[in-house]
Amino acid sequence: MTTVTADHKAGDGTFDFYPTEEHHHPEGHSTMLGFWIYLMSDCLIFAILFACYAVLGGNYAAGPAPKDLFDLNLIAINTAMLLFSSITYGFALLQMQKGSVKGTQLWLAITGLFGLAFLAIEIYEFQHLIHLGATPQRSAFLSAFFTLVGTHGLHVTFGLIWLVTLLVQLNKHGLVAANKRRVMCLSMFWHFLDVIWIGVFTVVYLMGVLQ
Amino acid sequence: MSHDTHHDGHGHNEIEMPHATMRDYVIGFILAVILTVIPFWLVMNRPLETGPTVAIIAIFAVVQVVVHMVYFLHMSPKSEGGWSFTTLIFTLIVVVIMLAGSLWVMSHLHSNMMPMAHDAAEPAAIGQVI
Repeated sequence: MTTVTADHKAGDGTFDFYPTEEHHHPEGHSTMLGFWIYLMSDCLIFAILFACYAVLGGNYAAGPAPKDLFDLNLIAINTAMLLFSSITYGFALLQMQKGSVKGTQLWLAITGLFGLAFLAIEIYEFQHLIHLGATPQRSAFLSAFFTLVGTHGLHVTFGLIWLVTLLVQLNKHGLVAANKRRVMCLSMFWHFLDVIWIGVFTVVYLMGVLQ
Repeated sequence: MSHDTHHDGHGHNEIEMPHATMRDYVIGFILAVILTVIPFWLVMNRPLETGPTVAIIAIFAVVQVVVHMVYFLHMSPKSEGGWSFTTLIFTLIVVVIMLAGSLWVMSHLHSNMMPMAHDAAEPAAIGQVI
């Protein structure tokens, strides 16, 4: 095979194997689908953690049960924060469609504040649980709980870092095609985290308290 | 890579993005609020027995996931030429097999284990979680 190509090159100096089909696609045309497939693989990570929690969630090792630990008022506020941040991200997207850099940045910043509030409440909750002695080492239930909810919280943290980075990029380059793509990808990431949170508050908190 | 796209006009190079509307977000938000408030209210005030409450909050969670997918993530079977929907269905199949399989296998394992001292108090603990 290689000798054939070498012969061609020797006989005809302009022969080139440059992939010409690339010209038909704008740069980043597959980014959205690729990012979606990443989110689906992330979904599998969460599914595994949910399965762990479902299997181990009843093993309290004579320690505290969900009923003794979870404060649903706090979780309701947390859920509200994430839901508000979802719709404010939607507003940022609408501003981007209108072509307003300032409007996009404003709504992204508001989204970031709601995300930060969510994270602050979660950290307060974790710190409160650890203070009560309900640490990840206490029982299989608590290990599974901290892993599942902590992984979600870690995703929100990285989403916030990404959001701040995006604000800087928007400031520098405005609404160029690359930035629009980034805003769309973060939108998918952010809404995806809200979808995961629906599972968390239903399976972990609401069903936990019901037992 | 980047020099390929520069000499084409700007309008042609815009990648296809789902068109979001205010209407979608408002409908999605209102539905999400309703589907969140009712489960919280049911669990905090306990107007129903545990069994029906679990069933209702599970159904509401599934419906809310669909609402988020449609109104916030702008999913449709046609987006990205059907590929995003295909990967979603594939992921759902894997998730269902894994969740159902884990629970089934582990509950059998649990009921076939030699009872230990603290197990006596919680024979159905695994089944209760889901």
